[in-house]
Amino acid sequence: MNHSISLTVNGARREFVLDDPRVTLLDLLRERLHLTGTKMGCDRGQCGACTILVDGKRINSCLALAISHDGADILTIEGVARGDQLHPVQAAFIAHDGFQCGFCTPGQIMSAIGMMSEAQAGNDPERIRECMSGNLCRCGAYAGIVDAVLDAQASMDESNQRCSVRGAPHEAI
Amino acid sequence: MKQFDYVRPATVAEAVAAAAQPGAAYLAAGTNLLDLMKGGVSRPDRLVDVTHLDGLDQIECLADGGVRIGALVSNADLAHDAHFAKSYPAVAEALLSGASAQLRNAATIGGNLLQRTRCAYFYDAASRCNKREAGSGCDARDGENRTHAVLGWSENCIATHPSDFCVPLVALDAVVEIEGRNGRREIALDELHRLPGNTPERESALEPGDLIVAVRLPAAARGFAAHARYLKVRDRTSYAFAVVSAAAALQIENGKIVEARLALGGVAAKPWRARAAEDVLRNVAPTADAFQETAWRALTDAKPSGDNAFKIELARRIVVRALSLAAAGTPARIAALPASPFASTSGAIHARA
Repeated sequence: MNHSISLTVNGARREFVLDDPRVTLLDLLRERLHLTGTKMGCDRGQCGACTILVDGKRINSCLALAISHDGADILTIEGVARGDQLHPVQAAFIAHDGFQCGFCTPGQIMSAIGMMSEAQAGNDPERIRECMSGNLCRCGAYAGIVDAVLDAQASMDESNQRCSVRGAPHEAI
Repeated sequence: MKQFDYVRPATVAEAVAAAAQPGAAYLAAGTNLLDLMKGGVSRPDRLVDVTHLDGLDQIECLADGGVRIGALVSNADLAHDAHFAKSYPAVAEALLSGASAQLRNAATIGGNLLQRTRCAYFYDAASRCNKREAGSGCDARDGENRTHAVLGWSENCIATHPSDFCVPLVALDAVVEIEGRNGRREIALDELHRLPGNTPERESALEPGDLIVAVRLPAAARGFAAHARYLKVRDRTSYAFAVVSAAAALQIENGKIVEARLALGGVAAKPWRARAAEDVLRNVAPTADAFQETAWRALTDAKPSGDNAFKIELARRIVVRALSLAAAGTPARIAALPASPFASTSGAIHARA
């Protein structure tokens, strides 16, 4: 039996016909849309490489059935830069060597972006480590990842402050 | 993963009718179920997706002073609800000590109650497991069993219930609202999960089609807010299941405990309420001696099910420490490492960048 669903992916509304309900959001992104930035690591919700934002919240896309997320708004690593201008978290990962092989990086960055909007960690490195514990890095780039998140958090706080001084609306992440 | 039919009911009544059929299972976030299906451990013929049902995602303050948590509220939304966390701090701390931020964003509180054991032999379809296949045997009994049960286990099953959330809930007399084929009913959370006995494949009091629609905490549970903690020992500091955990909640007046609540996690097939131990603390001062006696009472019936005798002494120490932390008072903000024994000295012990 075919099921029709619609999703907004990186700002564009897309319609899909699923001939199999077993397709996860991860499968759909990678195999239907060829958005291969989102990685399949463990495929069991243990590594965080598949982290995406669904309706603004970070989740493991490997454990989410696409059919159940009919109507959802999805943001992947491909959707965070503005043209050639990197997202502040992307730029900070480069500046602080927040990766080695790079496989976990899209998940780390999406998780960090989600974490900042949750606003639980602030600039406390211990809280950042705890709030990022769902993203494993086998190269062990954790020190650089925490520095990158701290830096990105600081630069985004600063730019938000500038915005509020000018009375401009806070730009959504 | 085995092929299945997907059903998206429009109402709770439709959901119950669809899920009452043999081979059907409810789908909420799927953070545990999808994992089990990928491993061939769960093989439902039909998934009944309840995530689009209206009205199950609210946190309601009740007129009687209690709170009603809809079954589809996410773990993260509940833990970060400021009013809820202030009223039931041990519950919020337990939620934040479980899984990862991504999983907490997706996972629902109804699903949390019904998550399956993480016994490795249950997860391995090539192993014998009485829970997965009734009567097939238990490979955990003579296997790697250092994290298995020390209370309430049987020769047929030594698995533990993995939930953190359920531990303070059972301590605080949570009630589960269930919609079933014969209408709405409610049971104490303490009666939801079953000990294995001779039927480890029957894990809960739920009947086919039964849908958990809400969990309630009574008004009295708020009376412990000033002295309520959850403490959880794990093999790693974050993103790990409990080896042993405890929820401790006290009401202290004029230097004496007037009421105490205590429950243990990671020790049995259900969240383990230690009622006899609570009695030790009635009308006594919150002293180390009283907490020691409480801990001994809580583990009186414990026995190793394998290479896990250490969990009994560990549980005693966790009980003493959780009670001591509760007596010291609920902190204004949950520690950076929620429920961790390393929380108070995190800078010294935890790796720093």
